[in-house]
Amino acid sequence: MPPYLTRRQFFSLAGSLPFVRPLTGRARANTQARAVVVGGGFGGATCAKYLRLADPSLEVTLVTPQPQFITCPFSNAALVGLRSLASLTYTYQRLREGYGVQIAHAQAQEIDPTTRRLTLSDDTTLTYDKLVLSPGVELRWDAIEGYDAEASTVFPHAWQAGSQTLLLRRQLEAVQDGGLVVVSAPETPYRCPPGPYERASLIAHYLRTHKPRSKVLLLDAKDSFTKDGLFLAAWERLYPGLLEWVPGAQGGRVTQVDTRTGIVHTEFDEYKPAVANIIAPQRAAAIARAGGLDAGTGWCPVYGGTFESRIHPNIHIIGDAAIASPMPKSAFSANTQAKVCAAAIVALLRGEPVAPPALMNTCYSLVAPDYGISISAVYAVENDTIQVVPGSSGTSPLDAPGTTRTLEAAYARSWYANITADTFG
Amino acid sequence: MAKARIKVPEVVKRGAVFEVRLLIRHPMETGFRYNNVGQKIPKNIVHTVRCVYNGAEVFHAELFPGIAANPYFSFFTTAEASGELECVWTDDTGVTMSERVALTVSE
Repeated sequence: MPPYLTRRQFFSLAGSLPFVRPLTGRARANTQARAVVVGGGFGGATCAKYLRLADPSLEVTLVTPQPQFITCPFSNAALVGLRSLASLTYTYQRLREGYGVQIAHAQAQEIDPTTRRLTLSDDTTLTYDKLVLSPGVELRWDAIEGYDAEASTVFPHAWQAGSQTLLLRRQLEAVQDGGLVVVSAPETPYRCPPGPYERASLIAHYLRTHKPRSKVLLLDAKDSFTKDGLFLAAWERLYPGLLEWVPGAQGGRVTQVDTRTGIVHTEFDEYKPAVANIIAPQRAAAIARAGGLDAGTGWCPVYGGTFESRIHPNIHIIGDAAIASPMPKSAFSANTQAKVCAAAIVALLRGEPVAPPALMNTCYSLVAPDYGISISAVYAVENDTIQVVPGSSGTSPLDAPGTTRTLEAAYARSWYANITADTFG
Repeated sequence: MAKARIKVPEVVKRGAVFEVRLLIRHPMETGFRYNNVGQKIPKNIVHTVRCVYNGAEVFHAELFPGIAANPYFSFFTTAEASGELECVWTDDTGVTMSERVALTVSE
């Protein structure tokens, strides 16, 4: 069904293409080099695993403070009770025991790009030949007046899965029938472009089921968003009068919050909601901005073919922290970038040419538990810049029958099972 | 979708100073941009905005190409009597539009 790739075509491209040469070509050269990977999410865990697969002589250390990882994908489903948080939780046991990745449970604190040393919060220092940074995003506490770490314990962002997800879930459960729930969406770029819209949809589904006189107000800094045609059509059909989107042109941008009075200010209005989910603007996590890796912009410029930093050599940045536009900041992107990056690192260490990568992404979103929509694209690299392959991108059809939506919801669950198995299994 | 939003307090005390917010939906084309086939996009901005409160002008603005899309105004005026606040604006295509809002003034 053009313009889509089938699942099989996708996995053959995304998974194996960069490895065809090292695995089937000449005998493997042992590099005996040291690679350090920072960040235990989809980018970091995948990269650590695939580095070891591509070159078993490589010493790979994965640095991540948490003993387990809770995925943001499907955390919107956990938010409204469709899934447990436990079912979204993964450990690094398979990476350690199955692939020989060494795990350091500490926070990466300082990079010395000249001597190639990384200092951790437990005062150990790791030297590296190649460093991969995949630390994800941090919320910007300077973007919305009154919204900081403390305020997020009253108005959760829930944009990093875990205690924030549980807090927002408890707040939603406590809403009285007739209550107002505000969800705010930031200006791009941010983690998971369709995430705020999926979240507003699933909250609307929860309220329609349990508290039908309630309302979701989606306050947006933008005037358009990914899959907006599909979302808006679905909302009109599934949640009329229950979910309202206020675009930036209608004054939807949240400018200020006051957790003491419970008021959310936009450019135009003030609201006093029962629950306020403030998805604040973001930037690359601190370690990816160390040493000017973000060139002062908040996000890290990289060469598209290798994901090596454009600022410091031997440091590669993947996932949400990197500027990989037009690829979105998604788990899928991070996973595919991790494989490309691992293949490139092994080639560079061996002094071999780096194979031109095939990158891709699909973002599934649930508008209701059995109503899925998606957007996908394939990317190629030209002059170190990532570009959409013409004709490769597309979304679910706007006028598809209900069976298509049900199927896509099943594909979304299947995608989740596959990507978590690929990353952590 | 409405072409503009006006916001005033629900009730204002006579003699009190209150805020009026006006948000106009308009592309505010500067005339300096080109379309995807290299043709200049003609200038089309809202050049004049007037707000009239019970027949008397309380706000007047002239705009220039430096103003971004969807211009947003906020100004203060004094509550005198219940009635109507009307905002009127004209763009370069000659189109004039208006939006009204009722205002309740208490003693």
